[in-house]
Amino acid sequence: MSTPAATKSPATALPVNAATAGEFLTFTLGSEEYGVDILKVQEIRGYDTVTRLPDAPDYIKGVINLRGTIVPVIDMRLKFRLEAKYDALTVMIVLNVADRVVGMVVDSVSDVVQLGPEQIRSMPEVGTGIDRRYLTGIGALDERMLILLDIEGLMTSTDMGLVVDEAAAKAA
Amino acid sequence: MDITRFHATFFEESRENIAAMEAGLLALESGGGGEDTIHVVFRAAHSIKGGSATFGFTAIADLTHLLETLLEEARSGRRQLDANAIGALLGSVDALRMLLAAAEHGDALDQAMLQQARAALDRILTGAADAKAAAPVQAAPAAAAPEAKPIGWKIDFAPERSLFLSGNDPLRMLRELGQLGELKVACRDDALPPFTELDPFEAWLAWDLELVGEIKRSAIEDTFAWVEDQCSLSIEPLMPAASAAAPAAVASAAPVAAAPPAPAPAPVSASAPAPAVAPAAANAAETTPVARHDAVETTIRVAVDKVDALINLVGELVITQAMLAQRSAELDPSLHELLLSGLDQLDRNTRDLQEAVMSVRMLPVDFAFSRFPRMVRDIATRLGKKVNLRTSGEATELDKGVIEKIVDPLVHLVRNAIDHGLETTEQRIAAGKPEAGTVSLSAVHQGGHIIIEVGDDGRGLDRDRILAKAVERGIPLPENPTDSQIWDLVFAPGFSTAEALTDLSGRGVGMDVVRKNISALGGQVEIRSRKGDGTTVSIRLPLTMAILDGMTVSVGGEVFILPLNMVIESLQPSLENIKTVAGNARVLRVREDYLPLLDLAVQYGLPAARTDSQPIAVVVESQGQRLALEVDELLGQQQVVVKNLERNYRRIPGVAGATILGDGRVALIVDAGSLPKAA
Repeated sequence: MSTPAATKSPATALPVNAATAGEFLTFTLGSEEYGVDILKVQEIRGYDTVTRLPDAPDYIKGVINLRGTIVPVIDMRLKFRLEAKYDALTVMIVLNVADRVVGMVVDSVSDVVQLGPEQIRSMPEVGTGIDRRYLTGIGALDERMLILLDIEGLMTSTDMGLVVDEAAAKAA
Repeated sequence: MDITRFHATFFEESRENIAAMEAGLLALESGGGGEDTIHVVFRAAHSIKGGSATFGFTAIADLTHLLETLLEEARSGRRQLDANAIGALLGSVDALRMLLAAAEHGDALDQAMLQQARAALDRILTGAADAKAAAPVQAAPAAAAPEAKPIGWKIDFAPERSLFLSGNDPLRMLRELGQLGELKVACRDDALPPFTELDPFEAWLAWDLELVGEIKRSAIEDTFAWVEDQCSLSIEPLMPAASAAAPAAVASAAPVAAAPPAPAPAPVSASAPAPAVAPAAANAAETTPVARHDAVETTIRVAVDKVDALINLVGELVITQAMLAQRSAELDPSLHELLLSGLDQLDRNTRDLQEAVMSVRMLPVDFAFSRFPRMVRDIATRLGKKVNLRTSGEATELDKGVIEKIVDPLVHLVRNAIDHGLETTEQRIAAGKPEAGTVSLSAVHQGGHIIIEVGDDGRGLDRDRILAKAVERGIPLPENPTDSQIWDLVFAPGFSTAEALTDLSGRGVGMDVVRKNISALGGQVEIRSRKGDGTTVSIRLPLTMAILDGMTVSVGGEVFILPLNMVIESLQPSLENIKTVAGNARVLRVREDYLPLLDLAVQYGLPAARTDSQPIAVVVESQGQRLALEVDELLGQQQVVVKNLERNYRRIPGVAGATILGDGRVALIVDAGSLPKAA
């Protein structure tokens, strides 16, 4: 009956630092390379003009019209406190996470890679700008180091500001 | 075959039938219904019984069987449905509803309720014998009419070829007849085609039947009730040879040739060996509102999200069309004449399509109104008041989403009107009013809006007491308030919790919630009242929530939509009319009023793009409060398709939703009611 809860619970129930093997879309933010589960990616687009949203943190750029759906756009570079520049080559990855559609602006998209379980290392204890819960592991691919993100968890976390904490909203 | 997939249809149909029964019974109770109404109720009960028996819902079938027995007696004129009987019938309608919900959703069975309903019906049914004896008037004409009693019935039954397609089986009917008495069957197979041309899914056979025994004509009619409009059927009394030509018998033997176009009147005349019912039936024709039941429209059930997807797509098309129109405006008309005329046509077609698609979601307001007769009856009974409910404009159409959301506020208003608006019977008599109060529900179209009004002829609002209450609660009052300003006070949240207000005609209880719900639909509420004459609450709603008329304004480089229904005026105030309060809060003087002045750019955290010192202010009213919004530029007016922002993002205070402009960009829709007041 409660499909949203049902689809959500496996994601939260996953043990920390447990990226599962599979195909990952890789993209760069500054000098770092990241990977997200390819199954969460809906499409890749250029960056359009956005309509700004009131009361939003700077990394939430606004909303765009994606074939009739209003889609919020997040600039991951700003979220990771990197320098953000917008030009004709700026790329946006449209994600499908937890029944929502979200746009994510990154520096560039590299490729799609296949990672086996033996190529995935656990995330070392380092202090980062985002909650370590959403850094699920490190993918080692020859000389490349991919930071694997739990993009669904990250996008639906309350500190991202895309969703309101339901418990808090109910209390209010 | 998995029979459960037909359950949904059965539940849906049964709900409709229950509603029809309820409406019919209420009409009978208020004296409005006649013979026809009993038939409608009976037919509805019969359908439920048949369906529930087919699907194995025995509890429902059992109860409807009892109901049907009682109704049958009323139908054949052997029983007058008094208030007691109707009460019992209504009670079992409730029980049916409960059983149906239990069967559908697996809700718990309310055995006590079921027992009570059954007991009430049983009591009335077993009292039948006494009732018959006590009312010889009823029985006498029936006995007197035909001198010679028929010894049986001659039935000519010829189904239409499509009979099987509706799931009916003549064999079952013949068996049922066989249980009534001694049945002689002769099959007519003259229509049967050669075997090679025979389609086994079509009904080719017809029957001449003779049913001997003392059998009620209605019992035979019941057997054929399901196929009435799918066959040619005649039922004639079988006379003993000696008195076959009695004229009375001929008169009563009007064949029930129920051809599809005219099914309704036939049973009435056919079941009329008792001349006493004739005037009643004639009477019924002019008083019962059964006409709309006759107008059978063919419909299909469609999932709402399919319709919504369609509406979304058409919204897209409208945007694309607007975009093309914008781009083509720069073209030289003489060079691109054909293209431009084609675009004009596209414009017209798109609008027509949009209108047509939107109308798919439209339902008659009756959908909401139909629950009130019962509710009014119950509340009135509980409060010991006499109340007539008058409804009008039931056919007015409104978006399904709006109708569903308007029901609760309406229930609240109707309950208020009866509970607090109407005086007690004694008070009414003392005031020289008719004993029974009147509550009216009406719906009318007005431009792009619908106006729904709930009115009563009760005591009206008391100006002085509301004023006193407002002062007591510290609600700010305008100078020399007009009546409507005072009535507006009952919408103040402070009024809602006061228990003591109940005797102050009670309009305050929860009225803020009513207004909030209606505002959420983009509507407005207004009260008209005269002391001693009654109160009318008038609700103005947009026809649909999916499209709204908007004023486009530019603020800080972005375009925003102000819903037109909340815009009162726009003006260019001079700087001396803008004052500050306590240093930072700004107010704008509009004629004699001071309104809070909010800079939308500041509200939405946008850079101030304005350089000239002449601001533009739009005065809006939301939830009964007026405020002025400062904008950079007025761009124009347009209809916009409302898009949900919360689908992919969280709710934003001060934003009601979003839309897509002609150039494909997103614009936010301003929700003045939830703008943060402190900037």
